[in-house]
Amino acid sequence: MWQKLTEQVGPENLTVIAVALDSAPGAPDAFIREANATYPVLNDREHHVAELYNLVNVPQAVWINEEGRIVRPPEPAGAFDFLNKRGPDTTQEEIAELMEQGRRAKLLYLDAIRDWVAKGDASAYAYSEAEARAHFAQPDDSVREAHVNFRLGQHLIAAGRGDEGRAFVEEAKRLHPESWAMFREAAEKLESGPMAGIAAAADFAERLAERAAANKPYYTPIDIDGLPS
Amino acid sequence: MLYAPHVTRTIQLLEPSSAATVVEAKASGDALWLSKADLAAATGFELKPEGLCRDHLCYPVPPGREAEFVRGDEVNVAAFWRHRGGAVAASKSGDVWVLGDAEDEQRSRFDTLEAPDFTLPDLSGELHSLSDYRGRKVLLATWASW
Repeated sequence: MWQKLTEQVGPENLTVIAVALDSAPGAPDAFIREANATYPVLNDREHHVAELYNLVNVPQAVWINEEGRIVRPPEPAGAFDFLNKRGPDTTQEEIAELMEQGRRAKLLYLDAIRDWVAKGDASAYAYSEAEARAHFAQPDDSVREAHVNFRLGQHLIAAGRGDEGRAFVEEAKRLHPESWAMFREAAEKLESGPMAGIAAAADFAERLAERAAANKPYYTPIDIDGLPS
Repeated sequence: MLYAPHVTRTIQLLEPSSAATVVEAKASGDALWLSKADLAAATGFELKPEGLCRDHLCYPVPPGREAEFVRGDEVNVAAFWRHRGGAVAASKSGDVWVLGDAEDEQRSRFDTLEAPDFTLPDLSGELHSLSDYRGRKVLLATWASW
């Protein structure tokens, strides 16, 4: 998705910077090679960028203009919260319709980016400063505590002090329940099937249900006309 | 905590904008005392008559709490960081300390909407900073293998 966008509008002054929120050494390497990206793909083992921008999931994106000002704060990058709209009774037809909604959401989001690339701050999708602040969730003490615990934990794990490090990562997850990035990093991976290696096992399903019961979506809605709310 | 207070030891200090810096420090409970020179090297903050300063911005030492922040040539960086609304975490033995992105900077960035700079490696180890791309629009996007 980002490679195609880079080829389309990269020459018109857009750079995609992809940041992998992956702590395990080497975990994203195969994905990076496969993507054959001509844009920078960076490795953020300690979730430093997530700390600075209050990012909580993937894919999320932030739009930054030529002057280095945020014109759209973090939001799901065209991703649509279909996980919470799917239940045990959902039919195949309904799943197909949800997938179609997801596909449309992604296309609308990419259209919005191209509009911004063409028109700059005059684009309807580039927020005014007041709108940008209104959409920009700020971290609280608990989130700040979570990030120092997470960074300390990953630093210790990388230094071979796994047991001590994992305890700090667990504390970070407890302090920052909004962060799917912290949760899924440490979650159980599926062992087989088409999603082998993906952290979508029973603990993820359980967590998803808990969060849904608290009215917390996996992806917050994107404030663009025509996208699912 | 289990370590002996007031004994100088080598620790790793992780600050928001940098990788681990090795410094000589005295760790005691929640306090982490660094020499002024090490404080400046690790965090960019300098102790001046007007307070602790970085980039033309000074934080006066809170009146009546001087002993908590400064003693002789040393500054309690952990107390100072908490004073700025920054989180602090330390390993059990006190040999690794992490200082977080502080609330005062987050508030100031929220006012200006300035995108905070960062530097991270790509797959080949080459470092990239957001500021390298100033003058272009940037779509900063997260992804993961999980």
